Amino acid sequence: MTAVTPNAGSAGARARRAPRRVRSGYAFVGSYVVLLLAFGIVPTVYAVYFAFTDTGARFVGLSNFATAARDFRYLPAIEHVALYLVFWLVSLVVFVVGLSLLLHRLAARGVNRALRFLYYLPGALAGAASVMVWLFLLDPAVSPAAFLLHALGYQTFGEVIAPGHLPVLFAMIAFWTGAGGWIVVMYGALNNISTDILEAARIDGAGAWQTARRIQIPLLRKWIVYMAILAFAGGTQLFVEPQLLSQASVGVAGRDYSLNQLSYDFAFQNNDVNTAAAISVELLLVGLIVAALFVARSGFFDAD
Amino acid sequence: MPTDTRMALSHTAPAAGGPRPLGGKRTRARGRALRNPLPALVLALFLVFFVLPVLWLVLAATKTDDQLVHGNPLSFGSWHALRANWDALTGYQGDAIVLWLRNSAVYSFLALVITLCVAVPAGYALAMTEFRGRRTLLVATLVVMLMPNATLVVPLFLEVNAVHLIGSMWSIILPYSFYPFGVYLTYIYFSTALPKDLLAAAKLDGCSEFAAFRHIALPLAAPVVALVGFFSFVANWTNYYLPYVLLPESSQFPVQVGLGTLLDNVPQFNPTAGALAVERPELALATLLAITPVLVVFLFSQRFLVAGMLAGATKE
Repeated sequence: MTAVTPNAGSAGARARRAPRRVRSGYAFVGSYVVLLLAFGIVPTVYAVYFAFTDTGARFVGLSNFATAARDFRYLPAIEHVALYLVFWLVSLVVFVVGLSLLLHRLAARGVNRALRFLYYLPGALAGAASVMVWLFLLDPAVSPAAFLLHALGYQTFGEVIAPGHLPVLFAMIAFWTGAGGWIVVMYGALNNISTDILEAARIDGAGAWQTARRIQIPLLRKWIVYMAILAFAGGTQLFVEPQLLSQASVGVAGRDYSLNQLSYDFAFQNNDVNTAAAISVELLLVGLIVAALFVARSGFFDAD
Repeated sequence: MPTDTRMALSHTAPAAGGPRPLGGKRTRARGRALRNPLPALVLALFLVFFVLPVLWLVLAATKTDDQLVHGNPLSFGSWHALRANWDALTGYQGDAIVLWLRNSAVYSFLALVITLCVAVPAGYALAMTEFRGRRTLLVATLVVMLMPNATLVVPLFLEVNAVHLIGSMWSIILPYSFYPFGVYLTYIYFSTALPKDLLAAAKLDGCSEFAAFRHIALPLAAPVVALVGFFSFVANWTNYYLPYVLLPESSQFPVQVGLGTLLDNVPQFNPTAGALAVERPELALATLLAITPVLVVFLFSQRFLVAGMLAGATKE
């Protein structure tokens, strides 16, 4: 739908114009292609190259992958990330859809708008800032929610960040910074559902619950999948939260917690860039497969 | 201008929350809400969850460490304590926090400029011109755009190391400038908002492709330029992993990585912290300073945000 040929009738004119257009097209995209190569393609090729060679640049097959897999931290890291992903995706889908539906039913426009903005606000704290805030929130000594932590039986920061709690805590931090943006998206998608359909459902006697379950949620499906896919791909890259937490707990909690941290440690603690690259390639593959599947199957990005 | 963006970008995507005629449904909804307080309760609960931590952070910066522990968590400390925290924070390694903020600003701003110079023409060409490899480029852009940017950080380090650019600020700025989402947004914008007839007419009048871009497309691109600029700035300002891996010197850190350094020196979190001890309220103040630019941008561009977040799938 983007092809620039306005009318196929003037074939002669097209043929005459085409060469110039081709050249100018390249000129327009040239610098972008350079960046794409330098920071998209080359690092990928580089990672693959390192992953399949040893320090002497000899091809070693899958041995770097085997080294990574044999490492005692490898399986736990996969387990951590998987568990975190479960909590993060479930909470994201349930609460984002739920809150959007509630917001959509809210009559007061001003309140509605303000709520959406305020839910979105923590997005400004993405990255290290959100972890700082949550370090405080999870420390019963200073937390504004200390009464909650006490009620749950935790008296010290160490108790709160016990290893078993980490997947939930990281999911909570991710939800806190990320959910608001998705609520904005879902709300917009809900607004796009024709009022006729909703009206018809109402006339047929559907209540709020039934309308949501039978009409709104099925129509949101595509957006929910979009959200889940992006959240999944992003979630596999867990790094800053456990990294800063391990700093804040002197390595007690969160050290070598995720695959990205493990890759980092292989590269910079063990000076073993080949194994580090092998882990990177695995993560890269997950990201690539997810993205490619989505582009190909969802119809979301029908390029032409 | 923001309205233009919204209309253009949410072409077939959900309308971005503008008023819709709801008629009788609205009054019914209100009646139901009165009968059932649960929805309001849930919304209020989540409001507390999302906003209270931010509010607490703002207040924490105005307290002494003692007040932080013993005072009411949601009370204002004093201007005096805020001042003292500021002095102590800026005293850390001689204005390190100011340096980090400046670094963040430099990296984000330069990357923003390059991103716009690269992404806008590229998006235009993908939408409006024909050339061999166009479709491949488009698909590559989509795939890279959907991949989380942390995937390539360690390989990027290896690459930058191989060309001896470790320690240069360009090792951060150039990867930041590669922003496929920006290209995609521009592509969507031009292919839906720029009337093809307009370009065709200009070409008939002998306008070159460059002149058409310069005099017709670019002036119409203001909304999408603002949108791409916004997302690029926020993404780069909040990035942690890339500078953490690529920058060796504390004096080069952006403020996000600087926060980690400060954290290392808070005795309550790290009992081995040495003479450079940082008090918790100082860390809170530093966090607040680190997020202020993004917060300000948020407040002034709410409408862009909505438009941009919905632009993910305008072509259904």
